[in-house]
Amino acid sequence: MSDMRPICIQNAQMVDPASARDEICDVWLKDGLIAAIGNDLEPCSDTLCVDAGNLVLAPGLIDLKVKTGEPGSEHREDLKSASMAAAAGGVTTMVIAPDTDPVIDDAALVEFIARSSRTKSIVNVLPAGALTKELLGEQIAEIGLMAEAGAVLFSNGDQAIASAAVMRKALAYSGAFNALVSCRPEDPTLAANGVMHAGELSSRMGLGGIPIAAETIHIARDIALAELTGGRLLIEQISSAAGVDMVREAKAKGLDVSASVSVHHLCLNELDVGGYRTFARLSPPLRSEKDRLGLIAGVLDGSIDVIVSGHDPRPAEEKRLPFAESSAGACGLETLLSGALSLVHNANGDLITALRPLTSAPAELLGINAGNIAIGAPADLILIDLDKPWICDADKLLSKSKNTPFDGQRMQSRAVATLVRGRIVYDANSLFA
Amino acid sequence: MSTTSYVFAKPHLLGIAGLNFPEAVSLLDRAEGYVEQSRQTDKTSNKLHGLTQINLFFEPSTRTQSSFEIAGKRLGMDVVNMAVQSSSVSKGETLIDTAMTLNAMRPDLLVVRHGASGAAELLSQKVDCAVINAGDGQHEHPTQALLDALSIRRALGSLAGLRIAICGDIAHSRVARSNVILLNLLGAEVRLCGPPTLLPSDADRWGAEVFHNMDDALNACDVVMMLRLQTERMNSAFIPSSREYFRFYGLDRTRLGKAAKGALVMHPGPMNRGVEIDSDIADDPKISLITAQVEMGVAVRMAVLDMLAEAKNKDTHE
Repeated sequence: MSDMRPICIQNAQMVDPASARDEICDVWLKDGLIAAIGNDLEPCSDTLCVDAGNLVLAPGLIDLKVKTGEPGSEHREDLKSASMAAAAGGVTTMVIAPDTDPVIDDAALVEFIARSSRTKSIVNVLPAGALTKELLGEQIAEIGLMAEAGAVLFSNGDQAIASAAVMRKALAYSGAFNALVSCRPEDPTLAANGVMHAGELSSRMGLGGIPIAAETIHIARDIALAELTGGRLLIEQISSAAGVDMVREAKAKGLDVSASVSVHHLCLNELDVGGYRTFARLSPPLRSEKDRLGLIAGVLDGSIDVIVSGHDPRPAEEKRLPFAESSAGACGLETLLSGALSLVHNANGDLITALRPLTSAPAELLGINAGNIAIGAPADLILIDLDKPWICDADKLLSKSKNTPFDGQRMQSRAVATLVRGRIVYDANSLFA
Repeated sequence: MSTTSYVFAKPHLLGIAGLNFPEAVSLLDRAEGYVEQSRQTDKTSNKLHGLTQINLFFEPSTRTQSSFEIAGKRLGMDVVNMAVQSSSVSKGETLIDTAMTLNAMRPDLLVVRHGASGAAELLSQKVDCAVINAGDGQHEHPTQALLDALSIRRALGSLAGLRIAICGDIAHSRVARSNVILLNLLGAEVRLCGPPTLLPSDADRWGAEVFHNMDDALNACDVVMMLRLQTERMNSAFIPSSREYFRFYGLDRTRLGKAAKGALVMHPGPMNRGVEIDSDIADDPKISLITAQVEMGVAVRMAVLDMLAEAKNKDTHE
C-alpha cells in the first residue's frame, strides 16, 4: 500500500447517500483510505491531482448477489473475470453466492474464496456461506464457523428452502451470530416446469408459467418465521408488486426484514422474452409492467433496500437452446449501474435515492465500513459519466459469458473510473494516466 | 400460377399468429385445388420438382409426418425423413447444431416438430431455407389449424358466424392455440371448454369464451372440436381419473344433442375412445369430420409447401 501515490479527485459532483451529501468538492485519498473531503484541500506534493469536473464521484457499488463459476464451473466465469467485469461496472465489492461446485458450505471453502480472490480479484470479494448443507434445504450449515471465517451473509443460493421447519431453524439459529439470512422466495412446487411469468403471454407462447403466488407464499412464510424467531431476514430478488407490499407491511410492523431486487427486474418486463429470447430467461422471471412499476415504487420508498446485479453468467451452450431448455440467468455486473440510474433518467428519483440501494444500504445490512464517502472510510470510489449514452453489446462484456437481456439496448450513464482501496482498477478515459 | 391474387410473402410458417386474413384465405384456396389433385389416379405433379424437403421430427409422429411426406412427394419434391430420436441428438448434439448440419445439405423446405415451444422460430433464425412448424411444444401447430378450417369450410361453406367449441386439454394443446387464432381470424365465434386445471388461467383473453360446463359450452354450437387428453395428464394431478373426465368432459350422443342440429364433430387424432370421445360418434360419417380432416391435411400441407417455395423463389429472383 505504501507504494501507492495519494490521489486527489477534484471538482467532482460528490454524491454520498450515507450522509445525503450531493455537492461539488474535492476528495483526497491516501494509503487506501479517504483522507480528506473539502473545497480547498492542500494535498501533499506527491499527490496525483485529477480534474473530475462534470463527473459524479460516488461510493463504489456493493453487489450482494454475484455468481461466479469458481470453483467448479470456471468456463462460465471465474473470480478474475468477474472482478474485471465488476470494475468496469463500478462495482467495488462483490458478495459471492455459495452456489458453486462444491457448495460453499463450510469454513474451509469460505476461506478458499477469500484467499483466491486476494490474488485473482481486482475488487473486494466477500463470500456468502450456504444456509443449508449442499443447499439441499435439509440441514443447517455451519453458520457460526463460516461467519468466523468471513462469510458476510447466509443464503441458500437459488434454491428455495421448501421446508418451513428448516427455514425456522435457520432463522432462529443464525440469531446467535446476528447473521443475515438471505433467501430466494419461490415455492418450488408451484415453480416446477415454469420458465417465465405466468400470465396471458406465457399461455400464448406455450411456455410454463411461474405464478406470483409462488413468490408471495414464501415471502409470507418467511416473514412470519422472522417474526417468530427474531432472525434477520433478507428476501432476495423480489419480482412482484404484491411481494413488495408484503415487505412494506412487515417493515411497518418493525420486523428486521429487508429485500433486494435485481436491476433487470427494475428495467425489463415479461415482454422482453417475446420471440423466445433466452437472454431474458431469468430466475425469478421477469414479470408484468405493473410489477416492474411496483418494484420501482418499492425502491423509492425504501421497502426494497438493495439493488443487486444477480450476476449469473451462462455460456452460449446454455443459452442457444429452445427457451424452456435453456438455463436461467443473466450477467449483470457491467449493467447494474446504468440500469439503476435509469431511475434518475426516467425522473423516478434523484441520484441519492438511486445510489443508496447500491452503496450505503448494502453496507449497513452487512455491517461493514464501506459504501460511503467519509474520512477514514476505504477509498472504494467510482467516477460516473452520468449522461454518457452507449449501446449494450453483449459481445463486448468482460465476463466470460456474454448473456445479457440488455443486449442491443441503448443505455445512459457509465462508470469511467473505479478505485478499490485507493488503487485504480478501471480507467476508461485514462483520467489517472 | 397462383389461383389467388394475393401474393404470399412469408419466408416461414411458424404459427398462425402473424398470418393475416388474405394469407390464411389464400392458403385455404390453394389447398382446395390440391384436394382435387389428390383424388385423381395420378396424384403427382412436377410443381416443385428438384426441391428438397426435410422432415425433422424430434417427437414421434405418424400422421403428421406421413402427411407432410405425401404432400411433398405429390408436388414432386425429394423428401427425406430424419429419424431424430436415433441420431445425433441422443449423442448430445443441440437443436442448432442439427439445424446447421442440415442447412449445409441445402434443403429448400424444412418441416420441424419439436417438444419445446419456440423451437421452430429458433431454427428459422439459423437456416436459409423455409421452415414449417409442424408443432412446437405447447405453442402452435399451424397446419393442423389450417386443415381444420378447410374441413369446416368445405362442410359448411364458410366459417364466418359459426359457433365452434374446442373442448378438452386446452392448456397443453398447440392445436387449440393455433385454432383459436385462425378461427377468430376467419370470423367464427370460439368457445373453450375443459376443467380449470386444463385451461390456461388467461384463456378468456385469447378472444374466446371460457366454459367449465360442457353442456353450456356446446349450446347451439355448429362444430365441436375435441382434443386429445394425453395419457400422462390422466395420471398426474390435472384430473382425478379418466372415468370422471369422460363423465363431465367426454363427448357422447346425448351431450352432442346440446349442440346445434346437424353439428359436426372433429378430433385432431389420435383419439382416446371412451376418454374424450365415444366411438359411436367418432365413427358416424354423418357427424364426424375426422377422416375428412386427415384428407385435408395432405392438401393443406401441399398448399403450404407450395406457397413457401413460391415465395422463396420469387424472393431469390427479384
